[in-house]
Amino acid sequence: MSIDPSYYLALAGLMFAIGVVGTLTRRNAIVIFMFIELMLNAVNLIFVTFARMWGNVDGQVLVFFVLVVAAAEAVVGLAIILVIARRRETSNVDDISMLKW
Amino acid sequence: MKAFDPVLAPYIVALPLIGALGLLLLGRRLRAVAGLVASATVGVGFVLGVIVLVQMLGVTEKGGHGREAVVRVWEWISAGSFSVNVDLLVDPLSMVMVLVVTGVGTLIHVYSIGYMHDDPRYSRFFGYMNLFVASMLLLVLADNLLLLYVGWEGVGLCSYLLIGFWFERRAAAGAAKKAFIVNRVGDFSFLIGIFVLSVTVSSLTVSSINEAAGGMTAGIATTAALLLFGGATGKSAQIPLYVWLPDAMEGPTPVSALIHAATMVTAGVYMVARFSPVFEASGGLALGVVAWIGALTALWAALMAAAEYDIKRVLAYSTISQLGYMFLALGVRAYSIAIFHLVTHAFFKALMFLGAGSIMHSLDGEVDMRNMSGLRKVMPITAFTFMTGWLAISGIIPFSGFFSKDAILASAWHQGRYALWAIGAGTALLTAFYMSRLYFRIFEGDLKVPEGVHVHESPPSMVGALIPLGVLSVVGGVINLPGLLTLDHFLEPVVGESEVPSGFTPWILGAIALLAGIAGIAFARTLYLLPGGATRRAALCERFKTPVDAARNKFWVDEIYGRGIVLPGKAFASFCANVIDARLVDGAVNGGGRVVAGAGWLFRRAQSGYVRSYALTFLFGVVVIFSLLVFRVAL
Repeated sequence: MSIDPSYYLALAGLMFAIGVVGTLTRRNAIVIFMFIELMLNAVNLIFVTFARMWGNVDGQVLVFFVLVVAAAEAVVGLAIILVIARRRETSNVDDISMLKW
Repeated sequence: MKAFDPVLAPYIVALPLIGALGLLLLGRRLRAVAGLVASATVGVGFVLGVIVLVQMLGVTEKGGHGREAVVRVWEWISAGSFSVNVDLLVDPLSMVMVLVVTGVGTLIHVYSIGYMHDDPRYSRFFGYMNLFVASMLLLVLADNLLLLYVGWEGVGLCSYLLIGFWFERRAAAGAAKKAFIVNRVGDFSFLIGIFVLSVTVSSLTVSSINEAAGGMTAGIATTAALLLFGGATGKSAQIPLYVWLPDAMEGPTPVSALIHAATMVTAGVYMVARFSPVFEASGGLALGVVAWIGALTALWAALMAAAEYDIKRVLAYSTISQLGYMFLALGVRAYSIAIFHLVTHAFFKALMFLGAGSIMHSLDGEVDMRNMSGLRKVMPITAFTFMTGWLAISGIIPFSGFFSKDAILASAWHQGRYALWAIGAGTALLTAFYMSRLYFRIFEGDLKVPEGVHVHESPPSMVGALIPLGVLSVVGGVINLPGLLTLDHFLEPVVGESEVPSGFTPWILGAIALLAGIAGIAFARTLYLLPGGATRRAALCERFKTPVDAARNKFWVDEIYGRGIVLPGKAFASFCANVIDARLVDGAVNGGGRVVAGAGWLFRRAQSGYVRSYALTFLFGVVVIFSLLVFRVAL
């Protein structure tokens, strides 16, 4: 027997909403980063759910792409955060607002 | 019989052009030989011209176009049925001009070697001179109006460069500008004339324009002819555009000789003769204008020449006056006579300018005839050659000027233009008077020179150029001696035969012209040579105070032009610069900049630098797009 897909979608929606709220409300760059990962994983879950639902592997393939991109993003993003933290002794994104006109 | 094929013609133009390029690019390195190179290019051009002339005379076909040939150098513009090519037209008229330009030009170049010897820009001078000659040769050999215009403008450019050759002097720089700008006025008219002809005829070659002239309506032909003549008044210094020529005396003297004798000012006369069918087609109006402008210019300039003290300026006014004669001849349909006078004038005017240069060279640049006299004793060759020029221009038989001037007056009489004839005869008297005044004051009487000047005869290269010109001034008249060598007959296939009276009339007219010359000389003799002349002069000036003052002030023409044209022009220019350009144009540009800057100032508020506000904007955008998709709102 199988579980109704709507549960998966509800869980994924909840995870995405938590990710959005967390990204917008938190100030620590690493925490924001984690919330972004949460949103990505929520999307992954939706992909997998629909792939299973339609008996189609396209969604599962896309998940791999998302995972790879997320990994690459983590490497670059964490490196940037680390360098900023070393130079400016902060990881608060509101303190890093110099990159504008 | 072999057809006439002048393959050498392009080299006549190319040689001075190559000389000019070489001298202007490698000037400093060629300093030692610059004068020789420049003289050689023009001199070889003269030899080539003679060879082509001999070829041409070998073609005996009469009355037809046997002595005419077009040499294609390359195709220039070809658009559909309209084409303009670099073609050279070799016919009797252009060959006469080529020989005058290169022949007189060579002598002037040789003379310049001595005259310009100490100038720091020696090789540049010869580069410009060569370019001047090359432009003039292109002008006279061009087979179409556009190519002619290239030469026309080249001549204008070179006159600017050479008149302003000593540009450190403010007067020279100003004179160069004046010459260029006044010429531009004429050139503008000439250019419009070219447009009119190209639209009407849809071809610019000499032959097609002259053939189409017969079929033009009088209105079109008159418009075109007067516009072309407008160009001629600029280049050939006629009323109302003659004002640049006296000022052009600021240039080195050989330049004046070149401008006045061989190149530049003769261009207008040549051009009118070349396009005579267009002038004929206007039904008398255009030719009447040409004749009257010519006659009035001749008289007007002669009056100013009689009141001038600067040697070179007297000669300049005399050139304007003689050019007036040429236009008078053109206007009474005596085209070949006009060219005849052009040739003889080239001889004696080049001679007198070079003579004046010889005097200046000897007297440290002194040009005021009041500061010198009796120079014949110390400068015999200059004086003697100058005398031949003086007698030639005064119209004394058998000097060259007598024949050409008499022929012009006879043609005017023959056409029934008695008023023009009277002006011409009166001007002949004036001409003889002012030239005699010049000669008597400089060369006769007791020796007088400015303080501290060591007078001496000029170096061989200078007097060497004077002697052949002196000989030509004496015997130049034979090229159109009735029954012997006839220039008139030679030019007939191109410009038609000039009608001259027959029977008893020409003898009377010739006698009157001669008497006018003799009377002018005699009058000058009583005022300047005989004892008591100074008191007679003073009495005469006192009696005719107003006209003498007017002539001394050049009839205030420069002042009138200054007030009437230059000042309003400057005002308009300053209006354009300070109002239209500064306010309108700059305003539009600056306004555009300000609008963009303001918009930037407004929109950059959105760029706070706070990452989380960007994320919120993202979210907002996503929500909007998503809701649009969900609710299927068509965008």
